[in-house]
Amino acid sequence: MSEHRDYAGGKLGMWIFLFTEILLFGGLFLLYAAYLHRYPADFNAGGKQLDVVLGAANTIILITSSFTVAASITALRLGQTARCLWLLAATVALALGFLVNKFFEWSAKIGHGIYPGSQHLLQMPPGENLFFGLYYAMTGLHGLHVLIGATLLSVTAALVRKGRVTQGNFGLLENAGLYWHLVDLVWIFLFPLFYLIA
Amino acid sequence: MSHAQNESGSHPLSYRFLAAIWAALLTLTALTIFAARIDLGFFNVVAALGIASIKSSLVIFFFMHLKYENRTIKTMVLVAFVVLAICIGLTFFDVGFRR
Repeated sequence: MSEHRDYAGGKLGMWIFLFTEILLFGGLFLLYAAYLHRYPADFNAGGKQLDVVLGAANTIILITSSFTVAASITALRLGQTARCLWLLAATVALALGFLVNKFFEWSAKIGHGIYPGSQHLLQMPPGENLFFGLYYAMTGLHGLHVLIGATLLSVTAALVRKGRVTQGNFGLLENAGLYWHLVDLVWIFLFPLFYLIA
Repeated sequence: MSHAQNESGSHPLSYRFLAAIWAALLTLTALTIFAARIDLGFFNVVAALGIASIKSSLVIFFFMHLKYENRTIKTMVLVAFVVLAICIGLTFFDVGFRR
């Protein structure tokens, strides 16, 4: 008995899910834009306190991981399973690298007394307080997505290894890849808005 | 079932092509960092968002394979982004003109 699969339906469903993610982050971007409009000087001052080098490094990490996951789909479809697994391992490693960077970045900020509700922030102008509130909310939600994406890709890699996701049945890998690209997509906007606008 | 996948999945993208998109994304990242170092006032925001939009188009059309998908998915993606643009646009009609 053959298992029923709906490749096109699965992909459509994944895209519909991604729309909810786009609107979720879109709402936060809208909030950011409205407050940037209201407190341009404070947002400038806030952005100057972020580390552009760490932000740029994380951008390069995510773009590269987007490439490796796209290449892993090509590898699986060409029947190069070993290469596919290698590329997925690289993607997960890059995701972890991103989170390690984020850990150091947040630790440094928290060490300087900049965290939601801190005395230091309360004494700052209201716009800067909002800037860092949005910084923690948006990069935090994005970081959570990085964690979920890395988990999803690890599970997919395990299924590729077991022969459950194959050259003829690569829908799950494609959908996991779509999720990972969305994570990259959100960061493409987060990076210039938080780190460069200053 | 592999027949159905070939119909909608089309051919896999070549490594060379994916690497070219990757290189383009890195170049645009360098460009956006460079552009932020020049003081253009309000146009810094425009430049940053413009470059980010080009980068996201590359990701959506090629890495996410949208260029090769059927019309249903393409239309739905368009509608999702138009809805987002309407939300942002209408909000700024309010926020932008408050005195």
